[in-house]
Amino acid sequence: MKVNFTLNNQPESWEVNPNEYLLESLRSHDILSVKSGCDTTSCGVCTILLNGKPVPSCSVLSITLEGAHITTIEGITEDAKKLAEHMGHHGADQCGYCNPSLALSVYALKHEIKNPTEQDISSYLVGNLCRCTGYKGQEEAIKLYLEEE
Amino acid sequence: MLLKHYCKPKDLNEAYLVLIEDEKNFILGGGAWLKLTHKELNTAIDLSAIGLNEIIETPSTIEIGAMSSLRQIETSNIIKNYCGGILHDAMHHIMGMNIRNLATIGGSIMGKYSFSDIFTPLLVMDVSLIFHHLGQMPLHDFMAYRGVPKDILTKIIIHKENSKGYFKTVKKTALDFAVLNIAVSKSDNIKIAIGARPGIALRAEKAEAYINNQDITDNVIDEAAKIAQEEIKVSSNSRAGKEYRHKLLNIYVKRGLMEVLHHES
Repeated sequence: MKVNFTLNNQPESWEVNPNEYLLESLRSHDILSVKSGCDTTSCGVCTILLNGKPVPSCSVLSITLEGAHITTIEGITEDAKKLAEHMGHHGADQCGYCNPSLALSVYALKHEIKNPTEQDISSYLVGNLCRCTGYKGQEEAIKLYLEEE
Repeated sequence: MLLKHYCKPKDLNEAYLVLIEDEKNFILGGGAWLKLTHKELNTAIDLSAIGLNEIIETPSTIEIGAMSSLRQIETSNIIKNYCGGILHDAMHHIMGMNIRNLATIGGSIMGKYSFSDIFTPLLVMDVSLIFHHLGQMPLHDFMAYRGVPKDILTKIIIHKENSKGYFKTVKKTALDFAVLNIAVSKSDNIKIAIGARPGIALRAEKAEAYINNQDITDNVIDEAAKIAQEEIKVSSNSRAGKEYRHKLLNIYVKRGLMEVLHHES
């Protein structure tokens, strides 16, 4: 079946089968910034924005996306660069595997909650696991990024 | 999961006809837990074109559309302001934001998941489920129903009471399923519910009958918690042992009772 949607503001029309999840569809179209982790909705590394909201792409059936707006890290490069600078400065990343999904969640947070508290930030990002650095550096980097914005 | 077909009906009648056409046709909620099933499925029926995703308050009810996301419910001021915000609390602690944006309350209810943090607070409210074909069904009838009806859940109605509430979900980590969850409410009567035992949530009816017929003292609260502990069966699974759950149950029922009764002393 064919599904029509926008990916990073560009119209797309992909052939998908009913069993196919968005994570597979994106990666098979060389959108490799979207990572595969637990594949069971738990770890958050496959997070993308679906109509502006963070969701795990491993659990979204591609066939349901008719008319949807999908955003990956390639759609928010300017914001991602700013966040990356703070992350680097705070030693908040190591392997980088979770960075694209984290950046997308932070971007969604910025648009959903004005002047978030530390508690708002940690609650919002609880679904994005980092296997390397822990979260303190990330929290500091994200706070500074949001303050600048 | 093996899914053969997909359809997106324009109205409920069309959706219902597809649903009853084949035993393996099913309503697609958010799809968050679809991967947990190893069943062969026929047609996924997507209700997203029909709406069913509004939260509406009337003078006597709160109506939650079955396709409302858990995040929508979590952030609704109507939900935050009702019964001590216990349904908001329950939603807020369900895994991560990304899942709550995807999962729907209808999918969570019709999945009848034993680990659910949603049934427990709903059980201490006066709640009815509205099905397209069967009409209205009280939540406690749905819980007693073997399996789930082959029907479309359209909305959840909370019949408003002047109530106080308490909710606690005990988890090992923020993203884990609950080891145990407890809800207590007080309107005209006290209601107590225990979930993730790890079986499906239940009301502690003997404990309720006891405490609702006593003058409240610390000893009565202790006794009610003991009765709840005796009547609600808990068991072991990979998340916690039976003995641990047994102890948690007593402690959190007691704390819940103290919290909802606190303002009266």
